[in-house]
Amino acid sequence: MSTTSTTFDRAAPPGSRLRAFLGRLRQGDEVAHVITLIFAVSILVITSLLVYKLWVSSHLSRAQFGWNFFWTTTWDPIFDKFGALPFIYGTLVTSVISLIIAVPLGLAAAIFLAELAPRKLSDSIAFLIDLLAAVPSVIYGLLGIFVVVPLMRTVIGPALKATLGDLPIFGGPNYGVGFLTSGIVLAIMVVPFIISVSREVLLTVPRDQREAALSLGATRWEATWQVVVPWARSGIMGSIFLALARALGETMAVTMVIGNNPKISASLFAPGYTIAAVIANEFTEATGDLYLSSLIELGLVLFLMTFLLNGLARLLIIATGRGGGRPS
Amino acid sequence: MASASQGNSATAAETARQTRMSERTPATTPTEVSVRFEISNLDFYYGAKQAVFGLNLKIPKNKITSLIGPSGCGKSTFLRTLNRMNETIRNTRVRGQILLDGQDILEMDVVALRRRVGMVFQRPNPFPKSIYDNVAYGLRINGYRGRLPDLVEHSLKRAALWDEVKNSLHKSAFALSGGQQQRLCIARALAVDPEVLLLDEPCSALDPVTTAKIEELMFHLKDSCTLAIVTHNMQQAARASDFTAFMLDGKLIEHNETSKLFTTPQDPRTEAYITGRFG
Amino acid sequence: MSHVRLIWRKSLNAVMLTLTGVAAFGVVSILFLILGYFIYNGGHSLNWDFFTQLPKPVGELGGGMANAIVGSLKLLLLAALIGLPTGLLAGVYLAEFGGKALGFLIRYTTDLLNGVPSIVIGIFAYALAVEPVKHFSTLAGGLALGIMVVPITLRSTEEFLRAVSGSLREGAMALGASKWRTIATVVLPAASGGIITGMLLSLARVAGETAPLLFTALGNRFWSPGWSQPTAALPLMIYEYAISAYDDWHRQAWAAGLVLLALVLLANLGCRFVLNRRGTIRSV
Repeated sequence: MSTTSTTFDRAAPPGSRLRAFLGRLRQGDEVAHVITLIFAVSILVITSLLVYKLWVSSHLSRAQFGWNFFWTTTWDPIFDKFGALPFIYGTLVTSVISLIIAVPLGLAAAIFLAELAPRKLSDSIAFLIDLLAAVPSVIYGLLGIFVVVPLMRTVIGPALKATLGDLPIFGGPNYGVGFLTSGIVLAIMVVPFIISVSREVLLTVPRDQREAALSLGATRWEATWQVVVPWARSGIMGSIFLALARALGETMAVTMVIGNNPKISASLFAPGYTIAAVIANEFTEATGDLYLSSLIELGLVLFLMTFLLNGLARLLIIATGRGGGRPS
Repeated sequence: MASASQGNSATAAETARQTRMSERTPATTPTEVSVRFEISNLDFYYGAKQAVFGLNLKIPKNKITSLIGPSGCGKSTFLRTLNRMNETIRNTRVRGQILLDGQDILEMDVVALRRRVGMVFQRPNPFPKSIYDNVAYGLRINGYRGRLPDLVEHSLKRAALWDEVKNSLHKSAFALSGGQQQRLCIARALAVDPEVLLLDEPCSALDPVTTAKIEELMFHLKDSCTLAIVTHNMQQAARASDFTAFMLDGKLIEHNETSKLFTTPQDPRTEAYITGRFG
Repeated sequence: MSHVRLIWRKSLNAVMLTLTGVAAFGVVSILFLILGYFIYNGGHSLNWDFFTQLPKPVGELGGGMANAIVGSLKLLLLAALIGLPTGLLAGVYLAEFGGKALGFLIRYTTDLLNGVPSIVIGIFAYALAVEPVKHFSTLAGGLALGIMVVPITLRSTEEFLRAVSGSLREGAMALGASKWRTIATVVLPAASGGIITGMLLSLARVAGETAPLLFTALGNRFWSPGWSQPTAALPLMIYEYAISAYDDWHRQAWAAGLVLLALVLLANLGCRFVLNRRGTIRSV
């Protein structure tokens, strides 16, 4: 046949139909490739569109307030004055409180599951903790309102005031709702993530590291804390960043117990507000264009915060998976 | 004795070592030398599976005893019972008696035992810390209160690594070659001045030149410490050890001076193994 | 002196190891506390009316959440239609065709999309499906949930496809099957159990989402006909009733919470039970 194809044309005349058929099949591969590629790329499109929409829709607010948006504390829809600082403050404070509670608790539990518990017990507990992570946010909010808030009013708050009441962070009246309550509820919500990821990372630490420490006369705890945990430290940091990103973006549970008050207070008992909560509460009521645009800019801020943290967390976890916490 | 030398300076440790050296008896057979480890009727189980059967063995002081046998014969398992390292594996059980200088190790505090009986593993396992911190680790956890740098230097010298790393003590231990890492692990184990050093196939991951270096190092170490080495390499056992024990299927088949065991084995199975009929 | 130190080290060891156990069992007990509390509070509020009646006007006792249950089902159906095929096909691309650089980029973006706060997804769906038509709708709510379904489905699909052994592929290829026929007739069926469980898990996760529905599906106290009207959903009702001032609404919030919790936990329990026997899935 043609001069270019010599080897494949042995079955020349009857094979031409076969060749066409093969070609169609090969095209079938191409079609499947292209279709799945389109859907895969749609992930990139969705994410870019998300950023684009947030950027464009917050244009009015950005044009009006510029960088001042981040430094001013007035949030007044009647006079169209919008400053984000109380919400950024509330978001950071509640998240930090939650990490202060959840990190030691989660790391300790992960150490128990990875280092001490028999494998079967460890797997069953990890299974239950995954279930805990699946409990919807609004359920935690419900418990927050009807369990944690009364507890804060009658037990936790008075106890803290009696012991540490002289500190400004525990001063002021205790309403039950506020920064500390939100922080506690958030801690319960993020602790499963810390446990689950840290446990997995700890389980990847090579056995010989533990043995080296033990053979030098280290106790179990010393081997764990001085050798195993440092080896896994970047993965553990990753789990903490993931938890922080969750806490920053968490909406419903916080909205239900934060107190919805755009004020910056030193007292952790004071009611406050977070970015996610103000969007949840005011988005549908936002009458003016500038009002809505300001809320969307808050959404953009929240998105960027979690985006950066998640990115960092993934990189850290990938880095641990690739060969442990080598010294830098 | 060892804990007293810990509390003092490096010179005191040196004196203690000398004392131990003078205890050495120039004996030739297992019965004549003074005994560091005396193991009787040792059984070991992984769950329901028995790995060591009624083992009796005396490990003499300031000698190198090597354990040989085909893979899976229980020699590593046995070695790891001597500092109770097997307890870190779940579902294991040990029966019998192991005396260290007359004291039953199963009744000793495990942390104190492991400080007295150091171990070097098959694959070099330095911590992801600097060379210095690796060697200093055992001293720090034991609350050593002397000049740390002196003892680190002394340990590195004993492990014949000092000259190669003295200018890079604060570099990562991972930057060293495999053989250097293994010698670092030996230095790390030596730093707490153990009476016994257990070596679990320490050269299996190393090239012949490095292996020769470690064998030479072992030869110098036996002045100050008792060594027990598991090896799958019969030439190594023949070259480097004073006594050799041959194990098969979890049982001790024969134990004798290395020269005798390799020239006139008493048991046909030993003969079969050392002449290479199986293994 | 060194003896004292050893005692101190051993005590520290015992104390710290005990504390880690206390932490682990403490966290797990939260799950049982939550379950117990909801069964206690929600159990005696749950009745037949809850599943069959519409909400009663403010001040009247009784009524149910039939419209919210139907609304949630409609939203989940939309989420499944939008999210599952996208996640599945993109997962096939990553596992079977993906190049190195593009594959990494898509995988990474997927993980980031998975971490975007649900309230921000709500804003996004609002901008896409509410603002242009100027009214809230079931469709907009379904879109928001659908976007959230994609990342989880994608990653689990990819993982299970990669777990299919190479010899199975080679077997099919050796018979002359083309690549896509191999994938469609051999690889996908082999991985289907895991993929379907992954899909169910992702639906279970969005079933409890409230924030992305606040300004897309909005909520509704009546039946929502068709797809372009605002609709009620269980999580929205729980939120609305929980922050209200009426005891009878609180009671119904507990009942709705119990139903939602039971559904989500049972779905998770079932899926993870199946998955644990086939190998694990990443929970985050």
